[in-house]
Amino acid sequence: MWTFLHKLASPPHFYALAARLIPWLAGAGAIAILYGTFAGLFLAPPDYQQGDAFRIIYVHVPAAYLSLLAYVIMAVAAGIGLVWRMKLAHAVAASAAPLGAWFTFLALLTGSIWGRPMWGTWWEWGDPRLTSELVLLFLYFGYMALRSAIDDTARADRASAVLALVGLVNVPVIHFSVEWWASIHQGPTLVRAGGPAISTEMLWPLLAMIAGFALVFGALLLGRVRGEVLVRERRARWVRRLMYPEVETP
Amino acid sequence: MEILSMGGYGAYVWTAYGLTFGVLVLCAVQARRRHRRIVRDIRIRLKAAESGK
Repeated sequence: MWTFLHKLASPPHFYALAARLIPWLAGAGAIAILYGTFAGLFLAPPDYQQGDAFRIIYVHVPAAYLSLLAYVIMAVAAGIGLVWRMKLAHAVAASAAPLGAWFTFLALLTGSIWGRPMWGTWWEWGDPRLTSELVLLFLYFGYMALRSAIDDTARADRASAVLALVGLVNVPVIHFSVEWWASIHQGPTLVRAGGPAISTEMLWPLLAMIAGFALVFGALLLGRVRGEVLVRERRARWVRRLMYPEVETP
Repeated sequence: MEILSMGGYGAYVWTAYGLTFGVLVLCAVQARRRHRRIVRDIRIRLKAAESGK
C-alpha cells in the first residue's frame, strides 16, 4: 500500500498513469451525462409545482456539488502539500482552482436562470446561499490571483495553501446556509434526514448527472495536473527524455 | 415543438443546458491547449539549451 502511494506520488509515474486514466474517466462521464440529460429533459415527469422549469436542477445541482468538491480537493491537497511538502499535492491544488471557479460560475449562472421564473428575480443580494456561493467564486479568484502574483513556485504554493485552508470554512456555510438562515433558496433535496425528497424517476437522472460531472471533473483535473507536473519538473531528466529523446546523451 | 417550449420555460431550460455544456467543452479545450503549449515551450527551451552547448 505504502509503496503504491509512494510510486503514485512520483511525478513520472503519475504523469503516465493519468494519461491512461483520462480517456476512461472522460468516456464514462460523457455516457453518464448523455443519459442524465436525456432522461432529465424527456423522461422525468414535470414537477407538480415548478412544471418543466425544475429540469434545470439536472445541471444546477451537479455544478454546485462540484464547485464545493473542487474546493475541498483543492484545500486538502494544499494542506497535504503544506504539511508533507509533497510537490504533486501542490500541483493538484493549483490545478483544481480554475476548474472549481468554472463550476462555481456555472452554479451561479444556472441558479440565476432558474431563479428568474421561480422567484421572480435573477439575484437576491443578502440571501445566504447565493451570497456564500458568490464568496466561493471570489475565494477561487483570490487563490489564483495570489498564485500568479508570486513568481517563486514554492512560495506561491505555501501562501496559496494558507488561503485555501482558511477559505475552507465557507464550504459548510454554503451547505448549511439554507438551514441556518432564512433563504429564498429551496432546502436540500438529496442529503437530508428521511432520505431524498424526490421521486425515483426524477432522482436517477440527477444521480447520473452528478456522477457524470464528477467523472468529467476528474478527467479535467488529471489533465491539468499533468501540465502542472511538466512545468514543475521541466528540468528533470525524465521530462527531458520524454520531450526530446534525441538530445539525451548517456 | 412541445419539447422545445418546456411548458413555457423553454428559454430558461435550454439556456441553462446550453451554457453548461458550453462551459464543459470550453474547460476541455482549455486543458488541452494548455497542455500543448506547455509541451511546446519545454521543447523549445530544451532545444535552445542543447544548441547553446
